[in-house]
Amino acid sequence: MTDAALDAPALPKRRSRLRATLARDRKAQMGLIVLALFVIGAVFAPWLSPGDPNDMSMDMMSGLSWAHPLGTDDLGRDLLSRILHGTQVSLFIGVSTVLIALVIGVTLGLIAGYFGGWIDLVIMRYIDLQWAFPNFIIAVYLVAVFGTGLLNVIVAISLAFIDDFARVARSMTLSLREEQYVDAARTLGFSDLRILFIHILPNATAPIIVQATVSISYAILGEASLSFLGLGVDADTPTWGLILADGRGFISQAWWLGVFPGLAIMLVVLSINFIGDWLRDALDVRQSI
Amino acid sequence: MSVFLIRRLFGAIVVMWAVATLVFFMLRIVPGDPIAAMLADAGGPDEIAAMRAKLGLDQSMLVQYFKWFALMLEGDLGTSLYGSHQPVTQIILEALPRTLSLALIAFVIAVAIAVPAGIISATRRNTATDTAVSFAAFLGLSMPDFWLAILLIIVFAANLQWLPAIGYVPLSEGFWPWLKHLILPAIAVGTAFSAIIARMIRSALLEVLKADYMRTAAAKGLTGRKMMLGHALPNAMIPVITVIGIAFALLISGAVVVENVFAIKGLGRVLIEGILNRDYPVVQGAVLIVSAFFVLSNLLVDLLYGVIDPRIRYS
Repeated sequence: MTDAALDAPALPKRRSRLRATLARDRKAQMGLIVLALFVIGAVFAPWLSPGDPNDMSMDMMSGLSWAHPLGTDDLGRDLLSRILHGTQVSLFIGVSTVLIALVIGVTLGLIAGYFGGWIDLVIMRYIDLQWAFPNFIIAVYLVAVFGTGLLNVIVAISLAFIDDFARVARSMTLSLREEQYVDAARTLGFSDLRILFIHILPNATAPIIVQATVSISYAILGEASLSFLGLGVDADTPTWGLILADGRGFISQAWWLGVFPGLAIMLVVLSINFIGDWLRDALDVRQSI
Repeated sequence: MSVFLIRRLFGAIVVMWAVATLVFFMLRIVPGDPIAAMLADAGGPDEIAAMRAKLGLDQSMLVQYFKWFALMLEGDLGTSLYGSHQPVTQIILEALPRTLSLALIAFVIAVAIAVPAGIISATRRNTATDTAVSFAAFLGLSMPDFWLAILLIIVFAANLQWLPAIGYVPLSEGFWPWLKHLILPAIAVGTAFSAIIARMIRSALLEVLKADYMRTAAAKGLTGRKMMLGHALPNAMIPVITVIGIAFALLISGAVVVENVFAIKGLGRVLIEGILNRDYPVVQGAVLIVSAFFVLSNLLVDLLYGVIDPRIRYS
């Protein structure tokens, strides 16, 4: 029997359940559409932008117009162009940090849960220690240590999320390793690595997917907060947090500087939260935060 | 109970020790020598060498660690490298009441909104009210706290001029002046926290309302209010308290960011200024205290379980 045959029955059921629940879930439909629009905006940012995001002009703090649909900032830079380019950074950081955290965290969790004993003890001691801290504080401290910049921000946010994935993967592994098909695989003499990644992992994906979705929204909020505090990517890359920080002093004259970048963050995070909620329901994952 | 208390307290101390150690070594073993980068502003190589000697950085790392640790146990966290070279402990003691006040008011406002909202949406499940509360909770979860802070300032401070936009006034100068300065930042910090608790109360209540003893209570002829307050709510509190413990992280992270918007020189402001000024003794101290705050609040939550639910026995 092939490994694929073992998993085969579960997958079509899951897919149809996803489709069925989505048809009923207005919020998730809205979330998917809004998120898709932002993704399109990010991918085609260079073509959709009215101008270069960093081009200054004498047209300072001008209100909403055809030339500048969302107005301009104190240096005459076009706000829409800056927000579109900021979308690229936010989505890229949100997805890449969660992917890195997922790969490291899930691997640690699988190993800890499967092998148990001292390996579990060592890994979990570390995970518990990290778990004792707010993710954002960990990220702030890591940026303090590594310095600012795109790569450092990605490293900081990814490391901060590792514990969440490790915990989810470990608890799934602990229950799955008692399953008969794992026993069967062991009896057939399959290697531990093969059992872990081909037999256990595919059956543990539901809670991992839900955790990943939630984490992306927190990662985007985290990056925006870091940028807002001056601990983000760098002063030349327009990110949502930085645009808000730059515009803060001019809000009384130019409300759009305070409203639109924040609105962009909120819409994306809200969409992802709606999608996460739908996935949690559809994949039947127990409520957690 | 006391055995549990001692064990739990001991656990918290071990975590704090591990954190202090991690914080200490992280700054020193990371490639690129962050401390060197921080000292680079001190001047030429001679000045840097003098600075290193003064700070004890020319000694071996283990010696530095034990010295730092011994001083820390005495409450000495070193002195700031920046400005008037204040002792870090003093900076933190000045900042702590501000952050604690902010967190307290945020907590009170958040719970005052979340509990009724959660109860209403559970009792009126799938009505328009429930949908509205759930949507509001989603919005609260998705709004960046610093953006909410800016919006609150625009509306309530700049336009309506009801509340001050920045600053902090200590409680000793009067209750209202103190509270007045904290309301807007507390709303900004507490909103996400409130949203999580409201959602949790709703789902915990829906779970409890299905229980047999609720049917018994209804059969006894108890009114809706008595059933809710006397039977359902106490039983729904356990998962809610767990979530409150986890969501403290949001309060603390929120305070760190929002203090910077309202120019409140609390722990968050101290931490971020420390990082921007490359003032590593301050960064180290602030991270340590923020962590201690979090570890302690979680300890408190653990102890609360026993108070809320007498069935839980600590052994």
